[in-house]
Amino acid sequence: MRIDIEVNGSRHSVDVDPSQTLLEVLRDELGLTGTKYGCGEGRCGACTVLVGSHAVASCTIPAQSANGAKITTIEGLEHDGHLHPVQQAFLDEQAFQCAYCTPGMVMASVALLRANPQPSAEEIARGLETNICRCGTYPRIIAAVRRAAAAGAGEARP
Amino acid sequence: MIARGGTEGASRREFLKMLGGGLLVVLVTRDLLAEPAPGARLTDAAPQIPEDVGAWLHIDENGAVTVFTGKVEFGQGIRTSLAQEIAEELRVPLSSVRLVMGDTMLTPFDMGTFGSRSTPQMGTQLRKVGATARERLVALAAEHWHVDPGGLTAAGGRVTDPRTHRSLRYGELTAGRTITATVNDAVALTPKAHWTAAGTSAPHVGGRDLVTGRHQYTSDMRVPDMLYAKILRAPSIGATLTSLDTSAAQAIPGVVVTRDGDFVGVTAPSAPTAAKALGALRATWAPASGPEPSSRDIADYLRRTPAPEAGPGHEGGSAEPFERGDVTAALAAAPHRLTQSYTVAYIAHVPLEPRAALAQITHEAGGDRLTVWTGTQRPFAVRDEVAQAVGMPNDRVRVIVPDTGSGYGGKHTGEAAVEAARLAQKVGRPVKLVWTREEEFRWAYFRPAGVIDVDAGVDANGIISAWTFDNYNSGPAAIRPPYPIANQRVVFHPSVSPLRQGSYRALAATANHFARESHVSELARMVQMDPVAFRLKNIDDPRLRDVVQKAANTFGWPGPNRQAGHGVGVACGFEKGGYVATCAEVSVDHGSGDVHIVRAVTAFDCGAIVNPDGLRNQISGALVQGIGGALFEAIEFDHGVIGNPHLADYRVPRFSDVPAIDVVLVDRPDEPSMGAGEAPIMALAPAVAAALFEATGVRLRALPMAPSGIKLAAASGSGAR
Repeated sequence: MRIDIEVNGSRHSVDVDPSQTLLEVLRDELGLTGTKYGCGEGRCGACTVLVGSHAVASCTIPAQSANGAKITTIEGLEHDGHLHPVQQAFLDEQAFQCAYCTPGMVMASVALLRANPQPSAEEIARGLETNICRCGTYPRIIAAVRRAAAAGAGEARP
Repeated sequence: MIARGGTEGASRREFLKMLGGGLLVVLVTRDLLAEPAPGARLTDAAPQIPEDVGAWLHIDENGAVTVFTGKVEFGQGIRTSLAQEIAEELRVPLSSVRLVMGDTMLTPFDMGTFGSRSTPQMGTQLRKVGATARERLVALAAEHWHVDPGGLTAAGGRVTDPRTHRSLRYGELTAGRTITATVNDAVALTPKAHWTAAGTSAPHVGGRDLVTGRHQYTSDMRVPDMLYAKILRAPSIGATLTSLDTSAAQAIPGVVVTRDGDFVGVTAPSAPTAAKALGALRATWAPASGPEPSSRDIADYLRRTPAPEAGPGHEGGSAEPFERGDVTAALAAAPHRLTQSYTVAYIAHVPLEPRAALAQITHEAGGDRLTVWTGTQRPFAVRDEVAQAVGMPNDRVRVIVPDTGSGYGGKHTGEAAVEAARLAQKVGRPVKLVWTREEEFRWAYFRPAGVIDVDAGVDANGIISAWTFDNYNSGPAAIRPPYPIANQRVVFHPSVSPLRQGSYRALAATANHFARESHVSELARMVQMDPVAFRLKNIDDPRLRDVVQKAANTFGWPGPNRQAGHGVGVACGFEKGGYVATCAEVSVDHGSGDVHIVRAVTAFDCGAIVNPDGLRNQISGALVQGIGGALFEAIEFDHGVIGNPHLADYRVPRFSDVPAIDVVLVDRPDEPSMGAGEAPIMALAPAVAAALFEATGVRLRALPMAPSGIKLAAASGSGAR
């Protein structure tokens, strides 16, 4: 079946297989490989993207059900060479090691800050609980989200 | 000696042509004085690279520095820290240094990135390479100006004559020339007191591409004409294929099924088609025969099933028994004696990027070449593995390791690389294979399970006087105590493992420290001494004493009276050049039995610190990873089937598991810089075990200690799960 989706502001009409997930369409059909596969069951958060303003695990979303959706991936955060405040905060805090979880963490953080622009450390930890950083950089990620909040990321695009 | 580096013969000549002019400095790993290498003389003639090279560095005519090393970046930060060391010795900005890593055609042979060797070995080698290059550049400037090189200085990518204020950029010095130099092994390295590029918290090189998602991990790569692959897996470990019907799969357009014995793979133009083809295969299997221990009885099985020799996962120490003094007599004479057993479970690495490979065969004048991109910690070993699997000579196979989504010791092997290569060879098109999380759980290898028996005595003065330590299957890394015990017998007994096992961050050091330090805490209690004071009394190594004192001071050991359900513990150790001490506070909910580590302080000494912020990141990350193995990670299995091959069932540390962490760095400017990716993980579990005892009165001697919390009513006084 053919679906129409808007990804990072661009419209795409994609022929999808009923078995395909949104993650596979983003990565394999649209070449947006910043969004990662980690577990395929929505338990690690590596595949987190925004549908509208909500963070979702794209590996659990059948591509067909995304028809008409407005999606933002990690590739859609940078504008005119300027990092999104959350990306900048992750860089400033060096909140990663291997960074395979980083795109998902950043997207989940963007959604978190939109819903709660000034979260406490506990609220950040709770809000990001479904995202795994196997390298264990969680304290730095919390610091990065707080830094981004201080920089006004909750009011920033998208 | 035959070069084991990928840059052999024709490809090495191509490589030199590619580099063009400029200064090439090679590091020869053998003793130059004993046997001068072909390139040992400084020469302006065509470069010759000696056969046994450890690393090389090239400075082009624009002053750009490229360093070639077989090490790989998995998140541990060596792309940054090694570049800092080069920048330091070469006196160039860090931004002008680029590392080419883990490419068997371009980089010199390397055993692999493991064992915390990159900093002490490769770091030291690269500093010598950088210092030799700087000396050579100064010599070139001196020749140019007809002055004594002793009066010239090198800084900011230039050689300057302070007397005349004239200067030349490195690129100007090498412009239009091809210069080769071999490393002077006796070259003077810059003392830490004078470091400006090394010793600072330089941010992760390439960090911007990581936060934007632009970096291409192996699993992100694609090439034109590429097919997607899936592999048929057995229903249980060791099962053999008895029949296979491929007709339904073959009927799907674009699908090719490849079978070679029990190896069966499908390729298709899209990932969903490959998945469908896999699902359409009709296979029957015969289960393996033989003993079938399960995760419930694994400890007994390992104890009574010896293996003739050590195997994978048993690296990092000697398998030979160690004996000193008269341990039998000392045990008999000791006024305080304690005998206990400890167990550790198999655990999985769970690298967030699962195994992945992209294999491509190209037809070239000299014959076919197979290129495989894959995330492995041992690119050269995987190259050989792939070459053997596809029947090609080693020098026609090139393995390239893009910076990878972590490994923790779990990616020493080339399963996905071999599988993708076999399929690419069969179908004649590039093939990409990305393992699923479930495949990663079922078919990768595990940290060995083990049993450790400890029998120890303490004399009337509070000194540990006797120590026997029998480790079954866990491994010999850090098996000997850091305490100078006069009478000891330490033995590693490898076992037959029902599950595939291998390396894991810090190897058996975590298990051995868990058993040893748990035992030491229990001995301290037996002789009614504070566990920090007892350790300090028994430690003679000043650096180990220092980390214990610093951790205790920062923690505020033992602290004020704690609320009910809280407890504190301490542990320390030494491994791979790193001294570590951890103090931890835990809380146990007396209602639910939930366990939480409230705070942890780790003091760590790995010599002269190359990158303080990167080091903090490693130490803190190791502590967090250690929480899983300490409290809840364990592979369940029965009859050759992994019972919890999903993140829903196999719990890894998440945000809510993380304590307040305080890292105390102990910088030793006059000591060699050692690795830090492993040792910081090993003191957490025994510190938490001691804290849980204080909180609950229960001694937990099995890792993981509290997969379902601690049920106090049932467990009270029992001693272990």
